[in-house]
Amino acid sequence: MDNNQKPKLAVWKFASCDGCQLTLLNCEDELLAIADKIQIAYFPEATRAVVEGPYDLSLVEGSITTPEDKERIQKIREESNFLITIGACATSGGIQALRNFKDVKEFTSIVYASPEYISTLDTSTPIADHVEVDFELRGCPISKAQLLEVVNAFLFNRRPNIPSYSVCIECKRRGTPCVMVSQGEPCLGPVTQAGCGAICPFYNRGCYSCFGPKETPNERSLSRQFVKMGYTNEDLVRAYRMFNAQSDSFRKESEYYEE
Amino acid sequence: MARLDVGSQVIIQREHFGELLEALQKKSYKTIGPTLREKAIVYEEIESVNQLPVGWTEKQEKGKYRLVERSDGALFGYNVGPQSWKSYLSPPEVKLWSARKTENGFEVEEKSDEMPQYAFIGVRPCDLSAINILDRVFLDDEYQDNVYGERRKGLFIVAVNCTEAGNTCFCSSMGTGPRSREGYDLAITEIIDGVDHFFVTDVGTENGAAVLEEVTWEKAGDSAVEAAEERINEAADSMGRDLDTDRLRDLLFNNFEHPQWHDVAERCLSCANCTMVCPTCFCHTVEEVTDLEGDHAERWRIWDSCFTLGYSYIHGGSVRKSTLSRYRQWMTHKLASWHDQFGTSGCVGCGRCITWCPVGIDITEETAAIRKSGKVPEEKVDQPQP
Repeated sequence: MDNNQKPKLAVWKFASCDGCQLTLLNCEDELLAIADKIQIAYFPEATRAVVEGPYDLSLVEGSITTPEDKERIQKIREESNFLITIGACATSGGIQALRNFKDVKEFTSIVYASPEYISTLDTSTPIADHVEVDFELRGCPISKAQLLEVVNAFLFNRRPNIPSYSVCIECKRRGTPCVMVSQGEPCLGPVTQAGCGAICPFYNRGCYSCFGPKETPNERSLSRQFVKMGYTNEDLVRAYRMFNAQSDSFRKESEYYEE
Repeated sequence: MARLDVGSQVIIQREHFGELLEALQKKSYKTIGPTLREKAIVYEEIESVNQLPVGWTEKQEKGKYRLVERSDGALFGYNVGPQSWKSYLSPPEVKLWSARKTENGFEVEEKSDEMPQYAFIGVRPCDLSAINILDRVFLDDEYQDNVYGERRKGLFIVAVNCTEAGNTCFCSSMGTGPRSREGYDLAITEIIDGVDHFFVTDVGTENGAAVLEEVTWEKAGDSAVEAAEERINEAADSMGRDLDTDRLRDLLFNNFEHPQWHDVAERCLSCANCTMVCPTCFCHTVEEVTDLEGDHAERWRIWDSCFTLGYSYIHGGSVRKSTLSRYRQWMTHKLASWHDQFGTSGCVGCGRCITWCPVGIDITEETAAIRKSGKVPEEKVDQPQP
């Protein structure tokens, strides 16, 4: 297909580790099919060639942590017909949102020789706190299969098959015995959104909630069970403050056990 | 050996039990049975007796399951694990059909995969009842379900009567165990007494009798049959749980607004584990996938649960938004409206939903709490039996 007839894709980076963009590059075989259907117009991690906006589809990775980025995302939104955020940073503020619970100035004064050169916000926040987002793809990093599904759904103008229910359903579908019940592993799977294919329980580990809270999560009930299993309030705070610490329900739960 | 009659009882010694698996495999059955994986007993393809969880049992309680070794070398010295046989009869993910784009439209591709012919080894009486219930759900209707039907058609069932009840078991309450009543090809009762180790075997079908032609058996003496009866009765008397089914259907219908629903909703994770492990929960959804080129599409059927928001999504949103409404829907369907829909209870008393709930919600306790302070229906007439 002629490049000019294809929808234009842009991939944007904010505060993040690049892992989610790499997921797109890791598509390998499918990448050729994507390039056949979509014009990769802006994707600095893949190519220096830049095609001017506006863009039909923008994939946004990373969270908002600087005054400049707060401005930049507004411009990207204006230039994008469809804006999809990818990964825990973009959808919930990421692991860097741990700063939200502390004093950032204290950090910069300890870490940097000349902290006055550092221009940063007090918080790390998800993209949806700043602009309207059309779809959020969870995960740290996102799943390749889910990314392809979202791109696919966009191409054919249909709703993506991205469930918001628990990781438990994925465990059961692949026949993994519950690690919490059978091994006493603390597992965040019952409050975490599916999408990873329940990797950690398959390898006898509890879920760390890379994909963040599921629909209608009940953290308090799960926390009480962790306490019964012998875990401390401090353990609970750490469990909820990982990749999705700023997610509304996880943040509230960690704050409850911090007090 | 001579062909046995349906209804006869024989003994298979422990050292000859392997012949049963071999006989089934010789008849091209894929033998699925209990085996150890990770820290649980699951159902997988097994080729020999050694793959059974020999000398293992488990301790089950609310939200907790632990494997424990036992000293008697029993082959079936445990109850039910995290999976049920529905994993094989209505698999978690099945491709229904696929299609390819053509110049004038699309063309449905021929299905090529051959259906495996399963022999289930070690089906507990509760699970046997569950298969009977699924038969009714999937097949006993004008419209039959092919996914289930194709797998069920050639199924050979070796049931195992329970001689020990688990702590979360309540099949006695539901009238489904601990003895297999119907629906098996062979039903065995494992007896270990000092150096004696054998299986009292009931022949349930002609197929069962035909398989036994390839297996070394001996006549069952009265003492062996009595020993089996005794062990099964002991199991019946030692159920870890019980569920009072008296007027249960109307009890639940009469108590839609009972405060206990709020109480359980506060604990329920809506994670769907109970429905996934339940041997009779059959709900699934259908998803379409396309490839990036857009010329190949597939339709998949995958397990779903009434505990998800998507399950009750109709135009404009989900009907059952609250966890309260979802738990109530599940339990009321299982124990009450199932009677109206399929003519039995949907619960077989296997206790999986109790053991495998990460926070240990117990369906027998929730029901008892509603009975204790709820509006109990007075009339005893026309109540369905469990």
